[in-house]
Amino acid sequence: MREQLALLPAYGGAHVQLSLLALLCGVVLSVPLGVLAARVRWLETPVMAVASVVQTVPGLALLAILVPLLAALGLPGIGFLPAFIALVLYGMLPVLRNTVVGLRGIDAAVIEAADGVGMTSGQRLWRVELPLALPVIIAGVRTAAVWTVGMATLSTPVGAPSLGNYIFGGLQTSNVDAIIVGCAAAAALALLLDGLILLLSVGVARRRRVLVGAAGAVLAGLYLYVGVSLVTGAGGSRRADVVIGAKPFTEQYILSHLMADRVHDTTGKSTQILSSLGSTVAYDGLAAGDIDLYVDYSGTLWTTVLHRTDPATDRARIEAEVTRALRQRDGITVVGALGFENAYCLAMPRADAQRLGVRTISDLAPHAGDLAIGGDYEFFSRPEWAALRDEYGLGFANQRSMDPSLMYQAVAGGQVDVISAYSTDGRIAAFDLIVLRDDRHAIPPYDALILAGPGLTRRQPAVIRAVRALTGTIDADAMRRMNRAVDEQGQSPSEVARRFLDSLRTD
Amino acid sequence: MIELRQLSKHFGDTVAVDGVSLTIEAGELVVLLGGSGSGKTTTLKMINRLVEPSDGRVIIDGEDAAAMPAPTLRQKIGYVFQRIGLFPHMTVAENIAVPLSLAGWARDRARARVDELLELIELGAAMGARTPAELSGGQQQRVGVARALAAKPTLMLLDEPFGALDPLTRDRLQRSFGELRKKLKLTAVFVTHDVVEALLLADRIAVLRDGALVQVDTPRALIDAPADDEIARLLDTPRRQARELAALLDGDGDA
Repeated sequence: MREQLALLPAYGGAHVQLSLLALLCGVVLSVPLGVLAARVRWLETPVMAVASVVQTVPGLALLAILVPLLAALGLPGIGFLPAFIALVLYGMLPVLRNTVVGLRGIDAAVIEAADGVGMTSGQRLWRVELPLALPVIIAGVRTAAVWTVGMATLSTPVGAPSLGNYIFGGLQTSNVDAIIVGCAAAAALALLLDGLILLLSVGVARRRRVLVGAAGAVLAGLYLYVGVSLVTGAGGSRRADVVIGAKPFTEQYILSHLMADRVHDTTGKSTQILSSLGSTVAYDGLAAGDIDLYVDYSGTLWTTVLHRTDPATDRARIEAEVTRALRQRDGITVVGALGFENAYCLAMPRADAQRLGVRTISDLAPHAGDLAIGGDYEFFSRPEWAALRDEYGLGFANQRSMDPSLMYQAVAGGQVDVISAYSTDGRIAAFDLIVLRDDRHAIPPYDALILAGPGLTRRQPAVIRAVRALTGTIDADAMRRMNRAVDEQGQSPSEVARRFLDSLRTD
Repeated sequence: MIELRQLSKHFGDTVAVDGVSLTIEAGELVVLLGGSGSGKTTTLKMINRLVEPSDGRVIIDGEDAAAMPAPTLRQKIGYVFQRIGLFPHMTVAENIAVPLSLAGWARDRARARVDELLELIELGAAMGARTPAELSGGQQQRVGVARALAAKPTLMLLDEPFGALDPLTRDRLQRSFGELRKKLKLTAVFVTHDVVEALLLADRIAVLRDGALVQVDTPRALIDAPADDEIARLLDTPRRQARELAALLDGDGDA
């Protein structure tokens, strides 16, 4: 727990910065827009429709749309910007709607009186309409504050550090402490913000100077902190010399720490880890220069990045082709293979497999009609699944997508019969699953490759040399042991990485 | 002095006011009397341009009302209406002071004026700190009148100002307003559908029907020589009620 709390200033600070700034911008944009929509009758419908549509897009999807969109515009596609824009958009609807409702709800007699005493349209707005609509607008701001703080946890997968790092990381590494700290801190921040805004509005309504002063001072303090940290670059927005990405699973967390430590040990350069990035977010970020290093898998690159569908079974040939293609297309350097494969595979409980007499995927095919399969979020939309399905003629009775961390429990608990596992995953042994052999080689090899971005290749050859020393040092057993140390024994990815590096040195 | 020249208002195909011409002399109170839909409120609101005329002109003290910005025009004219429209987020004193701040009065002078007005409407200075919600309907409308009088306008527009009040309160406010406007020499246009109110308050009564003026006369002349049967019938009711009431009061001892 102490280890988790030590991360709180970094994650919490970044979270406060992101959500408060987004909230402020959302309010500053929404209130005038709401005033306009309330006054110009024909504007109301389109404005509210657009805001509502934005709201119906799931938060994670909104972020996922923004990443390639910003990249296409030549802006940083990962990190603060996409998270910030998504949060601003998300926080706008409640404020916008409440501004319109608040203004429309004012007694017509009061409006007539304001006109009757000779107020100009602006005087009417500032002296009468906004003060009267304020309680309703404030209620909208409070809703937006809670939403924004909550949704800011989702900015982790696009590379903006937040309290979501606790939650995504904790979920993947079965670290309950991390999940609790992340959730509690996010909830506390939401409640604090909500309470402050409430106090401020009550103070204004009842004309209590002390209340307004106190709540206002705390809010102002928070914003001052945000401003200062923006300027000085604290809270994770300043870029380290080398930025290392990690996709959202244990192995990636360990490998990112491994590379970070290795780079720092040998070159002395500052490093920063962006963990729990979405799969394509990591690759796009590397190509765009937002991150410098991460580990990806040859089969993944082959199918989802290069869009190759031809069957490939030869590890060396795939690595060579991927290396050439990535350099040509995106200027990305394949530094080398770490020495193990982490392939998608199908796994099922040993007892079930023995009962059905299933050892290969071909054996499984005739039973598929009676079985349910679980996969991670990506699996069923990936070409590997299409290849497996078509090659073996798999037709499962039921297929469910779920979080990878829950998949193993689901198959062990019998909610599904087969899952799409990862071959280095420590949980295969832990849950006593067996991997079904891909006897027709439908799935390509998945050698773990260190990828380096274009900037690193040109400007920091020492960093490339440092991580090249890691190639060929981790075999599948070693990786599986490290994964188990995190998933089962509750060690942190950073300690496991550090121990591995130490063992390399003593060898 | 207010001159209405061929004033008209159409809403789409509907004609609400049809060519009304009327001169209200300085210090005179003219009641616009008519049923609902007669165009009396629309006519009144065209004077301070809460409703913009479709046709015709309003001349106030020799100036064309359409030639100045509407807020400037309205600041010079007191406006009181049935739904009162006090600002609920302000105190009574702040409500009364609104026209003063719009006119740019210095704070001390405005405060003194508010106290003067609170006294004028017989509310007492202590009530100034209350919010409108804490007042009775009659008190609220007194504040409405005070707000309309605050910046010392010489013109007042009143749209059924006492229509929503109970009879006793209405009677009291009618009489105090009658005295007030004589004391302050206000020129006033007063809209009502209440014939008795019209007869008691007006210097002259302008009867409207279907957006047009039917008769403009003093109460006495209206009673003596109604222009048509409908106006005669209109005046018949209060006359009959007054007779019956008198009989009832005379026959006090009878059983």
